Amino acid sequence: MKKIVIPLVLIGLVIISAISFLTSKGTEQTKLMVLKEQFDKKAVQHVDHTQFTELKKKFTSPRQVTEACIACHNGRAQEIMQSNHWNWEKAEYVKDRGIVYLGKKNAINNFCIGTEGNEMSCAKCHVGYGMSSSKDFNYQDESNIDCLVCHDNSETYAKAQEKGGAPDPSVDLANVAQHVGKPKRSNCGVCHFFGGGGNNVKHGDLEKSMFEPTKTVDVHMGTDGMNLQCVDCHKTENHMISGKMYSLSSMNRNRTLCEDCHTESPHDDAILNKHTLKVACQTCHIPTYAKVNATKLAWDWSTAGKLKDGKPYEIDDAAGNHTYLSIKGNFTWGKNLKPDYVWFNGTAGHYLLGDKVADTTKPLVLNPLYGSYNDVDSKIIPVKIHRARQPFDPVNKIIIQPKLYAEKVGEGALWKDFNWETASEVGMKDVNLPFSGKVSFLKTEMYWPVNHMVSKKENTVKCNECHTRNNSRLAGLNDFYMPARDYSPFIETAGKLVLLLSFLLVLIHGGFRFFSSRKMKKRG
Amino acid sequence: MKQKVYIYRSFERFWHWMQALSIFFLAATGFEIHGSFTFFGYQNAVKYHNIAAYTFIVLIVFAIFWHFTTGEWRQYLPTTKHLKAQINFYLIGIFQNAPHPTKKTVLSKLNPLQKLTYLALKILVIPTMVISGLLYMFYRYPQKGMIEGLNIGTIEVIALFHTAAAFLLVAFIIVHLYLMTTGSTITSNLKAMITGYEELEDAHGNHESENLKNDKKEVEA
Repeated sequence: MKKIVIPLVLIGLVIISAISFLTSKGTEQTKLMVLKEQFDKKAVQHVDHTQFTELKKKFTSPRQVTEACIACHNGRAQEIMQSNHWNWEKAEYVKDRGIVYLGKKNAINNFCIGTEGNEMSCAKCHVGYGMSSSKDFNYQDESNIDCLVCHDNSETYAKAQEKGGAPDPSVDLANVAQHVGKPKRSNCGVCHFFGGGGNNVKHGDLEKSMFEPTKTVDVHMGTDGMNLQCVDCHKTENHMISGKMYSLSSMNRNRTLCEDCHTESPHDDAILNKHTLKVACQTCHIPTYAKVNATKLAWDWSTAGKLKDGKPYEIDDAAGNHTYLSIKGNFTWGKNLKPDYVWFNGTAGHYLLGDKVADTTKPLVLNPLYGSYNDVDSKIIPVKIHRARQPFDPVNKIIIQPKLYAEKVGEGALWKDFNWETASEVGMKDVNLPFSGKVSFLKTEMYWPVNHMVSKKENTVKCNECHTRNNSRLAGLNDFYMPARDYSPFIETAGKLVLLLSFLLVLIHGGFRFFSSRKMKKRG
Repeated sequence: MKQKVYIYRSFERFWHWMQALSIFFLAATGFEIHGSFTFFGYQNAVKYHNIAAYTFIVLIVFAIFWHFTTGEWRQYLPTTKHLKAQINFYLIGIFQNAPHPTKKTVLSKLNPLQKLTYLALKILVIPTMVISGLLYMFYRYPQKGMIEGLNIGTIEVIALFHTAAAFLLVAFIIVHLYLMTTGSTITSNLKAMITGYEELEDAHGNHESENLKNDKKEVEA
């Protein structure tokens, strides 16, 4: 008999080990190695621009630099003139709205609200010169293009504050022109890290620590690691940059995805690979954002305009973040944040300038991200939610585009005159929208997908941070069943009851047996 | 007259104890996956549960083969004969030291209640576990390019069946562990399942299992 038992046990063991070995197929190592090898070769500068006589001269205006660029790089200006960085709008299909031109010109956000009327200040982040107003700007004039803001490799180029996109007068244009090349993190970051009027105000995952991050902050861009540049992932051809932000985009196209490099099944573990159908890579691989500096979580415009001795003032927290500014109101900041999570299929809606708000009882989501469990295109993604109270015309039911910036006092700008009514009146007139004269404040939300600050493998979100009864990261997504988090209250109660009854039955029956046998023994 | 009888063959014992081990281990890892407690760590629990599940399935395949080749499957044919007597024994007789109403023999190891319970386990609970478990493992979220009719929209129903059956299995084990002590002595059943030998009365006796004869009749009918 033992002769049979031992072989059977052995067979069992062989089967168990065979299964466990065969289920782990080591594909990721090789894929990662290929990627590492590929990105280890850093781009070589093919041309030395310091050698060109065209650039060895005194430039008196940035437009002369642009003309010098175009003289050799012909055709490139046309590419720029078709780009979003230039036009500040693009044709997008938006659900329930059709095809619209969507961009900074007409979308409302809940930070500085909108660019219209404030271009002199906002155009610091336009790839052009001389935008005093988005309507008057000449989008056909090639010499208005600012090549340098993206292509400066000397790290000395900077745009001036509130000059419609013009460079700072101190910039040595010839030096910059002679040191141009592929855009680096610094070129992109100078705008994308400071959107909303300060470091890390908008994104939460894009901020100044990303100029020179460590691998702990971002595993791809870490200077102690692969040191990737923005354009390594945001692949660009003919000045069309891949990737998008859903604060200003609506369609599921031209996205930059982790899967572009890593494929949809990058894990050793088959069960982890199964997750990629419904869970975006970022959801597990970005456990926290705003890792180094705080990001703005809430903005209350309603308190703006308070003055001390007739002068605007600011209050900062211990870390130096503004918690109150007379020109902007109160702010809440947060650091090392767990993202919120939503279903997202790559399409989004938008509140556009002039839209009437039907329901003012609950916060208005300015850029609802669409998606659900049952939608095959949807995945769970991490987002930062930015909440605000922003000026609203309660009679016309329109979000107000106020005049914020002006050079002088008396032009109606909030940041100079500190009067909501006049700022709203001037601002709304500027965009040809009615204004009732009344200003109230509407609660709004914006959803900012978190895509950067990817953590090291060791720091990814653990299974039981989502798969758990209490405080699941996905506690807010209730349109599907998730093991460990979810259960049927009926089966749970009935099951426990059955177990309890079985125990009781055993105890009672056993007890009776024990006592009756003792009685019987006594009786003998 | 009592005599020592070889009642559980080696494969039978191996199967029984492997099954016991599997079920304990599957329950421990499974209820961790269910979120009832934390012990192995979620990822490990899932990994171990799946390996144990495959082991269990292999064991089941061997056991089915064994049952059919040896004809032992007949042990589980349900009968109503002595069923009432058996129930009465557990409710009353057992406290009065009454004898078991059915004789345990090599050809009829199970009393009518055991027959019913084990049969239900074999054709209801365990198949539910295995089928829902396999669906759980091979479930793929609906995706583009797949035949829509074959899609399972949600894992919920699968998970609920799996959980419900798991509760029943654990309840079975609780009662089974207790009833193990109701043999001719407290440990006689346990010893039999370990060594294969049990002291039985008239094991190959003249009236060689009336139950089995009846069963045979039923089958023939």
